[in-house]
Amino acid sequence: MALYSEKVMDHFRNPRNVGTMENADGIGEVGNAKCGDIMKIYLKIDNDIITDVKFETFGCGSAIASSSMATELIKGKPVSEALALTNRAVVEALDGLPPHKIHCSVLAEEAIKSALKDYYDKNGIEYDKKLFPDCEHCDHCCGT
Amino acid sequence: MQIYADNAATTKMSRTAIEAMLPYMDNIYGNPSSLHSVGQEANEALTEARERIAKLLGCEAREITFTSGGSEADNQAIVSAARLGEKKGKKHIISTAFEHHAVLHTLNKLEKEGFEVTLLDVHENGMVTPEQVKKAIHQDTCLVTVMYANNEIGSVQPIKEIGEVCKKHGVIFHTDAVQAVGHLHINVREQNIDMLSLSAHKFHGPKGVGVLYARKGIVLTNLIEGGAQERGKRGGTENIPAIMGMAAAFEEAAANIDSNSVKLAKMRDRLIEGLSEIPHSILNGDRAKRLPANVHFCFEGIEGESLLLLLDDKGICASSGSACTSGSLDPSHVLLAIGRPHEIAHGSLRLTLSEENTDEEVEYIIKSVKEVVEYLRGISPIWNDMINGRKEFVLKG
Repeated sequence: MALYSEKVMDHFRNPRNVGTMENADGIGEVGNAKCGDIMKIYLKIDNDIITDVKFETFGCGSAIASSSMATELIKGKPVSEALALTNRAVVEALDGLPPHKIHCSVLAEEAIKSALKDYYDKNGIEYDKKLFPDCEHCDHCCGT
Repeated sequence: MQIYADNAATTKMSRTAIEAMLPYMDNIYGNPSSLHSVGQEANEALTEARERIAKLLGCEAREITFTSGGSEADNQAIVSAARLGEKKGKKHIISTAFEHHAVLHTLNKLEKEGFEVTLLDVHENGMVTPEQVKKAIHQDTCLVTVMYANNEIGSVQPIKEIGEVCKKHGVIFHTDAVQAVGHLHINVREQNIDMLSLSAHKFHGPKGVGVLYARKGIVLTNLIEGGAQERGKRGGTENIPAIMGMAAAFEEAAANIDSNSVKLAKMRDRLIEGLSEIPHSILNGDRAKRLPANVHFCFEGIEGESLLLLLDDKGICASSGSACTSGSLDPSHVLLAIGRPHEIAHGSLRLTLSEENTDEEVEYIIKSVKEVVEYLRGISPIWNDMINGRKEFVLKG
């Protein structure tokens, strides 16, 4: 299918890090079923390093591929690097996404941020609130 | 291996249709409007094709206008009826919420011009009733347009009865019969149809050609200005090869309609039976009043595009709904019209068969859909929430 790049199809067909996690240090869930995509990220963090990451996604091919790629990009990395991950980096790593699917990469970035925020909250770590966009409204997604 | 199960999107051309077209792309290349013998040969073919198609629809040749397809026919039918109504000060149109966009967008345009449009609610089983139409008609109603069979969920509407209501009230009745022609018995006179749109590529004919039938007395408004073709109502040199292919495909489909229906309905019913075994799924569209080749399901907890891509990997060509709306993020307006919530409407699958499909393919499709749905549910956070009791199921198990 020419709809997606080979990279997207590879991560869609063989998603990396798919699954759930017992006793995760941080869990983030963004999106909503009404819009047609939900991403849930589980993080294991040791000494400020993301030692393991899992995801579950309800969504289209690019949503699954974006989640998979995003987890690959932060696995083994320090928390600060994960926090700096942008949706653009996910899109580039996937060799591009069709314009109407860019929101999937935004969702992946937000899911990771949401899981990191959960980690900070659980551990009473101070953080800059501006780093975490409020994803309640899902405006980027389908306007509902 | 490739299994094509998306025949509502388009069909493979039949050998008969291709062979009927070849001479008109080769030796018989004349322009039907030319006075010389080369042109007249093409003109004779055109006249004959028009008569053959008229006979199949149960109307007269002069009531047939060739168009570029179903969308153009829908546009022209609606605009024409609106202009006729306008002249008498009647500016109310009745349609349904689950029409094809060729109808809905044309109605939107007229609404902006000041027409009043009533879109009838569609019952959960994908049906509208003659009583609904009757209730909605008032003195300013100039047109009722209701699709013959829905392109996504395959429900077949009570066309004859709706036509009767319109006839009684002196209102023009148009039906978008794109999904029905060649698959169901149609006779415009017996079914009280004033205008009908059809498209050749839905019954193994070529793409880019269709018909607008308009009962004599209904004056058409041009969408395309030009020469005297189609009684001056549609400018542009006729697409003779496509028209010849359409006539041949239509005749072939009509000749085999009963045997094809039996074969298709048997495969359809097996598909419905097999896919119904998937828990938390639902068949969309009426079980009985349904196109013989249409199967349409929603599966809870998954999203349709992923399902389609993975089925494609298994060699199965299917659709989540209308091919015309893919690329849009919104769930199908048809599924929303029959009351499916957004989250359920996202998980849709349409399988539309042709006579070329086999029982073995049907079994393979059932097995593959089950596998893919199970896999996608396995990685879906909402499915996980539902099976672990953190969230309620919408569909019954």
